[in-house]
Amino acid sequence: MKKENIKPVDPGNNPSPHYSVSELDRKARFVVLFLIMSGVFWLLLGTLLALLASVKMHLPEFLGNAGWLTFGRVRPLHLNTVVYGWSSLTGAGVALWILSRLLKIPIQLRGYILVAGVIWNISLFVGSIQILAGFSRGIEWLEFPVSTMVAMVLCVIIISASVMQMIIMRNVKQLYVSVWYILAAFLWFPLLGLVSSLPVFDTPTVQAGMNWWYAHNALGLWFTPICLAAAYYFIPKVLGRPIYSYGLSLLGFWGLALFYNWNGFHHLIGSPLPTWFVTISISASVMMVIPVVVVAVNHHMTVVGSFKAVKYSPTLRFVVFAAMSYTFVSLQGSMQSLRSVNEVIHFTHFVAAHAHIGMYAFVSMMLFGACYYIIPRITLREWHSKSLIKWHFWLTAIGIIIYVGALQFIGLFQGWSMNNPDVPFTDTVTMTIPYLVARSASGILMGAGHLIFAWLLIKMVFRTSEQPAGAQVLDNIRKEFTV
Amino acid sequence: MIRLSILLFGIIATFVIAMFGLTIVPKFFIDEGVREPTYLTSFEITEGHRIFVREGCIYCHSKQVRPEGFGADFERGWGRASLPTDYRNLLPHNLGTMRTGPDLANIGARQPSRDWHYLNLYQPRAINEKSIMPPFPWLFEVYSERARPGRDGLSLPEQYRIPGMKVLPADEARYLATYLISLVQESTGTE
Ligand code: HEC
Repeated sequence: MKKENIKPVDPGNNPSPHYSVSELDRKARFVVLFLIMSGVFWLLLGTLLALLASVKMHLPEFLGNAGWLTFGRVRPLHLNTVVYGWSSLTGAGVALWILSRLLKIPIQLRGYILVAGVIWNISLFVGSIQILAGFSRGIEWLEFPVSTMVAMVLCVIIISASVMQMIIMRNVKQLYVSVWYILAAFLWFPLLGLVSSLPVFDTPTVQAGMNWWYAHNALGLWFTPICLAAAYYFIPKVLGRPIYSYGLSLLGFWGLALFYNWNGFHHLIGSPLPTWFVTISISASVMMVIPVVVVAVNHHMTVVGSFKAVKYSPTLRFVVFAAMSYTFVSLQGSMQSLRSVNEVIHFTHFVAAHAHIGMYAFVSMMLFGACYYIIPRITLREWHSKSLIKWHFWLTAIGIIIYVGALQFIGLFQGWSMNNPDVPFTDTVTMTIPYLVARSASGILMGAGHLIFAWLLIKMVFRTSEQPAGAQVLDNIRKEFTV
Repeated sequence: MIRLSILLFGIIATFVIAMFGLTIVPKFFIDEGVREPTYLTSFEITEGHRIFVREGCIYCHSKQVRPEGFGADFERGWGRASLPTDYRNLLPHNLGTMRTGPDLANIGARQPSRDWHYLNLYQPRAINEKSIMPPFPWLFEVYSERARPGRDGLSLPEQYRIPGMKVLPADEARYLATYLISLVQESTGTE
């Protein structure tokens, strides 16, 4: 790494070294590409595991003799690869790039982040093999053994250090709302990961509480802030107009920090945990309506009048789809936490679909949109094909809509039948089968979209192309890292 | 700088308060009541629990009965509302969030038969042809009919039999069945 970047800069007084945007992007190039590309690798693997799990659900004999591919191992590994591989790695890359642009400072500690990224990927590999081999920790969202979790957290801490350093050395006065969210995410996730790894939750019900405190916060305090930061960055950026209201941004941020933290126990309604704990979480979940609506209004008022731009900008198309999904999934989540609703949908496919609106229609679509904006700027190349990007969007958008539509529809009936003791249990199984098949079909659509995305990415990064920018990425990487 | 400090303070404070509220405080309320086990947890049960976790049964079977009047768990005969003392302090917790299959908190009372569990684990469709539960044949061993005289293989329906062979539960199947049969609310509650 070049030494001269590490000069501290007082944002107030000293004239700061001025970095041009292209310089920032050039320095961001390798780190961000590495994080995004390894994320996409895990996305492809996670998709394959998802398809396997989905097919096994309606064809239980499919690969039925392979212990390491049984549903109960493939299904958690799917979750862990897409959560800690795809969404976390790519999310970290996107967050770092946004920060660099917003703070007008190159990404700091690039060499360390690279090492952290490699270790992160290795620990994902080791953890994945351990789950398939039957050494899962057995706690939903925390199936990776503690060793993998701790390794990942240490890697995130390195990135957090870079985030802090960038904020301290920044060349701008104001901290834009995206910076708040990213800073919060990079403080919250290491804390979450470390607390969840502590061996103090040693009785089953308490561990269940920790489990859902963690799992809900992983979404709410890690992926949500990163993706909201992206929405707050890309929507005004692509449209070339400022965000509608600073006050609303403030309210949305602190609302999320105050209420999201307390949501976890709404996963435990009806469980043996003391009811009043659960009631706290239900209230907090309902309160989440405030920050969600505030953010939605803020984004909507920024876009309003320029909806046509969604047609021309692939980034905006993904980002707006994702932002709308965020509003939808959050309001649905608040509804689901109400006891009368939860009585029906708890323990059904409805919830699995809900989780996919969150992690896919919101988080993944936001990350796709961000990648479509960032990668041309750091590689100085154009995307190979506009129509393939369109295909990617429509395949994934239609895929997730089918997934959610099918499973939430049948999930309701599954719940009603389960709560009707006159219906034999087997009927609650058989009624879902056609919809489980529809889910596999939707998975094929989304998987095709992911393949297109990966193909576009590979073509962009590894091909010497006829694009004007000339210099090869690998060449630049060599320049960047020769000591 | 002041704004940054407020931001940092707010971020950490909101997190830490809720963390205490949802993880540490419940510990104080619950742990004490479940510390002293009044029942025996044998090696077989512990091993069975491990295999239950390993095979991911929890992704299709919850192990928490909701109170009477909330859902139809009681009416379906799945048992009374679960208590924190029901779980023999076996970790990881198995409360579960999905009921692709029935709740198992009280399965030992419903299905006390070992052979039934062996059959269901080896080939769920031998019991209910519409079941979508995966088979777990690696918990079993296949022997020639003549081997191990005196031990009968699983009584499988015609289409699942292997000609000239018999299927016997391996240790792991035995542990898992012992564990499932131990899941009786009366034997694990405090009184
Ligand atoms: C893919 C989901 C799935 C997985 C994984 C799964 N099961 Fe099942 N299981 C079912 C379904 C569905 C049924 C009920 C079939 C019916 O009655 O229609 C069932 C039924 C049962 C029953 C009978 C319950 C009763 O009330 O009669 C037992 C016991 C059982 N499973 C144990 C297990 C064990 C032990 C494991 C792990 C080794 C496991 N299951 C894994 C789906 C699953």
